[in-house]
Amino acid sequence: MKPPPFDYVRPDSLQAAVGALADLEWGGRLIAGGQSLVPMLNLRLAPLVRLVDVSRLEELRCLEETSDAVLFGACIRHAEFEDSEVPDATNGLMQQVAAGIAYRAIRNRGTIGGSVSLADPSADWITPLIALGARFNIVGQEGKRVCQAADMFTGPYTTNVGDHEILVSIEVPKLSAEAQTGYYKIVRKAGEFAMAMCTAIRDKQHGLCNVVLGCANRKQILLPNSSTYLADVGEWSDQVRADFRASYRKDMQQANRMEDLYELKLCETAVLQTVESALVNS
Amino acid sequence: MNISLKLNGKDISADVEPRTSLADFLRSPEHGCTSIHLGCEHGVCGACTILIDGRISRSCIALAVAADGCDVTTFEGLNDDELITQLKDSFHQNHGLQCGFCTPAMLISAREIINQNPDLDEASVRFAMSGNICRCTGYSGIVAAITEVAKNRK
Repeated sequence: MKPPPFDYVRPDSLQAAVGALADLEWGGRLIAGGQSLVPMLNLRLAPLVRLVDVSRLEELRCLEETSDAVLFGACIRHAEFEDSEVPDATNGLMQQVAAGIAYRAIRNRGTIGGSVSLADPSADWITPLIALGARFNIVGQEGKRVCQAADMFTGPYTTNVGDHEILVSIEVPKLSAEAQTGYYKIVRKAGEFAMAMCTAIRDKQHGLCNVVLGCANRKQILLPNSSTYLADVGEWSDQVRADFRASYRKDMQQANRMEDLYELKLCETAVLQTVESALVNS
Repeated sequence: MNISLKLNGKDISADVEPRTSLADFLRSPEHGCTSIHLGCEHGVCGACTILIDGRISRSCIALAVAADGCDVTTFEGLNDDELITQLKDSFHQNHGLQCGFCTPAMLISAREIINQNPDLDEASVRFAMSGNICRCTGYSGIVAAITEVAKNRK
């Protein structure tokens, strides 16, 4: 089991990397940690002509902290978040998410930008980044642009980043010290791809309150009714749980996702566990 | 493509095809690191686990060309490692292996996991080792062996 032959380049600048993608009409692909791409190459599921290795580019390893945000280079590895080698902007949420990604050997290689760019619907980083309102810095031949979290993920395995563009960094707005967060995913075996996952954030000081649902083979969605309910709800109780359940059902109705009863129940569990942990534990 | 890297403390260089996995490259007769076992070849079973720049990584889903300039250590290079020796003894004592196919990678993974978390107990060992599959299903012995070493090192 081996990939078909391909060309491999490791450009020494971001500009050269953009060029290495641009001079091919089709079949140029970026590689960073390669923890999803190389398995797909081994299984011959990912046809390509040229791999452009961006894992060592300085611009993609950048790290900048300001008073209200942290800018993470796309090639920062999951383990660096897990081990708190990078600043925490989210009261531990990003560390919690990173520590649950696959297995340690994968986290040592895989990168946040690679995960975001592939946009596997089961990828851990997507729901928290949407809930946090992250901004994505993208570079292409026409120059730089910024994409907001709400526009970034367009469906399973599809993002706003074009075939000839590179995701350079992700800017995560800092949460206030009082902000509450929850993250929960449903997996059949530790480290497996999640069947459903959810992130909830309530940051009253910054006026941020989002509940974002991810589901194995679907686009991630913000749950507007659940988010509104979370904003002002009091302490966790059976009544609060029942109210969340009702607002979740309303969200799913509006999103036209009522037909698959198994999925509906699975996602309900993910959402309720998430908001409970946000309200009870943080 | 020409690459140079450090393999078990020695500088080596070689000409490799971009599609060659690091596992195949290291297992080739020239380098002979046959402690790397290939089970699934797509990053699921963990049997090919080695150290790249000191951290556990799966060599079946790393490209040899991408390891250019890296410090690579396989089980062959860990003979004198104190923690590996303790783990080997504990695997022996606790019946931590049957066919042995998963064993080198189990030991390498356990080494990093123990170094990472000083407070391991049985449940956290099971969780942390979930990326290494033993198809003899001898997990009880493996988990007992690792937990024992972790406890003794406290």
